[in-house]
Amino acid sequence: MSATTLSLGRPSPIAAIPGFRLTLGITLAWLGGVVLIPLAALALRPWELGLGGVLAVLADARVLAALQLSFGAAAMAALLDLPLGLLLAWVIVRLRFPGRSALDAALDLPFALPTAVAGIALTALTAPNGWLGAPLEAMFGWKIAFTQAGIVFALMFTGLPFIVRTVEPVLRDMARDAEEAAATLGASRMQTLGRVVLPALLPALLTGFSLAFARSVGEYGSVIFIAGNLPMLTEIAPLLIVVKLEQFDYAGAAVVGMAMLLLSFALLFGINQVQQLLRRGRA
Amino acid sequence: MSAAFRPANQDSALVRWLLVGAAVLVAVVMLVLPLAAVLAEALRRGLGVALAAIAEPDTMAAIRLTLLVAVLTVPLNLVGGVAAAWCIAKHDFPGKRLLVTLIELPFAVSPVIAGMVFVLMFGAQGWFGPWLQARDIQVVFALPGLVLATLFVTFPFVARTVLPLMQEQGRAEEEAAATLGASGVQTFLRVTLPNVKWGLLAGVLLCNARAMGEFGAVSVVSGHIRGETNTMPLHVEILYNEYQFAGAFAVAALLAVLGLVTLAAKTLLERLAGRSTGARA
Repeated sequence: MSATTLSLGRPSPIAAIPGFRLTLGITLAWLGGVVLIPLAALALRPWELGLGGVLAVLADARVLAALQLSFGAAAMAALLDLPLGLLLAWVIVRLRFPGRSALDAALDLPFALPTAVAGIALTALTAPNGWLGAPLEAMFGWKIAFTQAGIVFALMFTGLPFIVRTVEPVLRDMARDAEEAAATLGASRMQTLGRVVLPALLPALLTGFSLAFARSVGEYGSVIFIAGNLPMLTEIAPLLIVVKLEQFDYAGAAVVGMAMLLLSFALLFGINQVQQLLRRGRA
Repeated sequence: MSAAFRPANQDSALVRWLLVGAAVLVAVVMLVLPLAAVLAEALRRGLGVALAAIAEPDTMAAIRLTLLVAVLTVPLNLVGGVAAAWCIAKHDFPGKRLLVTLIELPFAVSPVIAGMVFVLMFGAQGWFGPWLQARDIQVVFALPGLVLATLFVTFPFVARTVLPLMQEQGRAEEEAAATLGASGVQTFLRVTLPNVKWGLLAGVLLCNARAMGEFGAVSVVSGHIRGETNTMPLHVEILYNEYQFAGAFAVAALLAVLGLVTLAAKTLLERLAGRSTGARA
């Protein structure tokens, strides 16, 4: 890290940069007050119900359906975003065409639009009388808004830039000579892509997948307008938390929140482990 | 260039144009159309109607509240974020990686959960609820709750934008300044800040955009009292649920413009800084 020390070893105490105690103190106070103490409330409140009570909340059919929907739709959306994100990253990195920088800028739109704006925009677009909703229903009989498909569509919107922006730098830094070597050795273009390019991009694709997934599991604003919000069918877990809070069922809401956090941390940890295995396999 | 001399790792013109076409189609359907839909719905009955909807007293109150929340949260997160970046980038101490992870934690937490934790603490049935009630202090369903929830969700932005820049910069200049007798404040203002100023500004802009656009977290703590605890994104929801689409889309368009301006400014700042700030919402 510190290339500054050269051969002198650690800098002498006199040259140490000042302000360590002050800035660490501010950081810890800020982190503790705003994030850690409040999250401790989330970790502790569920146990007011006792272990049996917590399990009873989790076994409730409506809670299970909401968790299943949030995690299932998030995984589905992130999966569907993978090929789209790869395509977009490939096109902006590898190809030169008029309008490329406009396309590049448009990719950040989901980051830039507030979630409630994205929510009503996507609903207007896919509603039965919307620009996309009307032709899709007339041609294929597909309904998007107010169904589970709408939830996946909204999550694809919010998740897409995570995949593009994770794959893009890796693709940009990827040396072209491996591709050239493969081609020289007689590999077809498809073979080169499948055996040389894709494996090299796999860790970045996995990272992008987990970022999009993590964001989507907890997503609220962009989903509730398009979802329809029917219990057991199109009610996402964050909405169920809101419902429980409105009924002053604080402990029950905390149980759902804690389950969401623990599940998504466990899944992200798992993906991270797979990634390390992949890295080790390549090294 | 004829196909025979095409480099081995380049596809034919047909394949390239197909790829570009497919990418543009995806971007138009998934990214451009939603934005266009908001603007078109807002202007459907003309600019006058949209502006009149924004001039409604409840909407103006929502705009004022949104600005107030941003003015209260952004400076706090600026100080906290710069302090965190400074102490992590310029010093070594045990537990540093854990600290970086904890600072990014709010990005991994659902906005609804971010709002809920403050209800669990300060709500009517919260840990400190009865104590606050006895003293007639309102946190939840009032401004303090909105500020706390917004602080939580915008917490990592500044630190996350500035930290990589400070790390890239290394410590040589600060160490030289310290050796020459500069105080911490002098070192920061004259040595560190000039190196990270564009990135810092980008971080502040992103933090501000999120503070003004936040929906889930403030929705839980707001109580949705019109004209009192309703921020702009929450007002969009109320108008939309009351089928006042002209007003809902007019306010949404205003928020969309805020997002677009932030995006443009961030792109400009990244160009000024000559590198990516690495900050993603």
